[in-house]
Amino acid sequence: MSSKAHLHLAAGRDGPAFYLSEDHHPENSTLLGFWLYLMSDCLIFAVLFATFGVLGHNYAGGPTGARLFELPMVAVNTAMLLFSSITYGMAMIAAQSGRPKETLVWLAVTGLFGCAFLGLELTEFVHLIGEGHGPQSSAFLSSFFTLVGTHGLHVTCGVIWLVTLMTQVARRGLTETNLRRLMCLSLFWHFLDVIWIGVFSFVYLLGVL
Amino acid sequence: MNASDHAHTHAAHAHAAHGGPPHASRKDYVVGFVLAAVLTAIPFWLVMAHPLGSAALTALAVVALAGVQVVVHMIYFLHMNSRSEGGWNMLALMFTLLLVGIVFVGSIWVMHHLDTNMMPMTAQAARQMP
Repeated sequence: MSSKAHLHLAAGRDGPAFYLSEDHHPENSTLLGFWLYLMSDCLIFAVLFATFGVLGHNYAGGPTGARLFELPMVAVNTAMLLFSSITYGMAMIAAQSGRPKETLVWLAVTGLFGCAFLGLELTEFVHLIGEGHGPQSSAFLSSFFTLVGTHGLHVTCGVIWLVTLMTQVARRGLTETNLRRLMCLSLFWHFLDVIWIGVFSFVYLLGVL
Repeated sequence: MNASDHAHTHAAHAHAAHGGPPHASRKDYVVGFVLAAVLTAIPFWLVMAHPLGSAALTALAVVALAGVQVVVHMIYFLHMNSRSEGGWNMLALMFTLLLVGIVFVGSIWVMHHLDTNMMPMTAQAARQMP
């Protein structure tokens, strides 16, 4: 963990030269790079939240959030995502202790919770569109579908990534590469849960209020 | 001196790379989960049961609880601290939060002023615009 780089001043033949006593370690920078990706993703969501903040009250004479949103369903959805977060945590613990079978089981449970979340969200979307409240109805619904849909798309990608990693772990075991991949997906998955806090607070709860 | 230093840092890095930076503990996840569950349940209860009465007060509480829950997730699930990746994670996060603040507050501020300076128009009139 000694990431402090020592700067040496060496007086060689060609005059003084600066060099770092540490080599670059590409295997270490993956997580930092992935974190930077997440931060840029965070900006995408910030823009979508801002759009919803600006347009969220323009109903164009159509229904408001208070009429459309069913909070019990949103609560169940939130619970699904929260459960998936802790089961992914359990998968990480099992992986770091070198127990591939247990890791796979927890990953499968996480995937099922993720699918349950997506199923409920799709049900809500289909219900809204079926009642004639699709994204084209008002600025409020356009920004709502864009924001929540983008989050749902991220979760979908997360589930696909999860299945891919399960195959990798099942075939190759908990190699160093697979552990690094699991760690990246862990960041991604928990990050999506953080975004969902913003969605259920700002979009659903404040929308119903 | 240099040779032993090199050997030392290499060993340290090999170790760090092996399990990813923070070794997650079961306790961390359980504490984080319980806190997150409570911090989720309270705002839902506040909005569904209206114990506070005033809508503005409820909205303020919901926003404040969301902020606290984001911090809880960051610490217990994302294992954020000022030391991970030599502080670069935290630096990137701070910079992102600054940008998020500018984007969010700026958009709402500018668009609100634009809105107040526009001619008033009903939804009916807006739909009949060419």
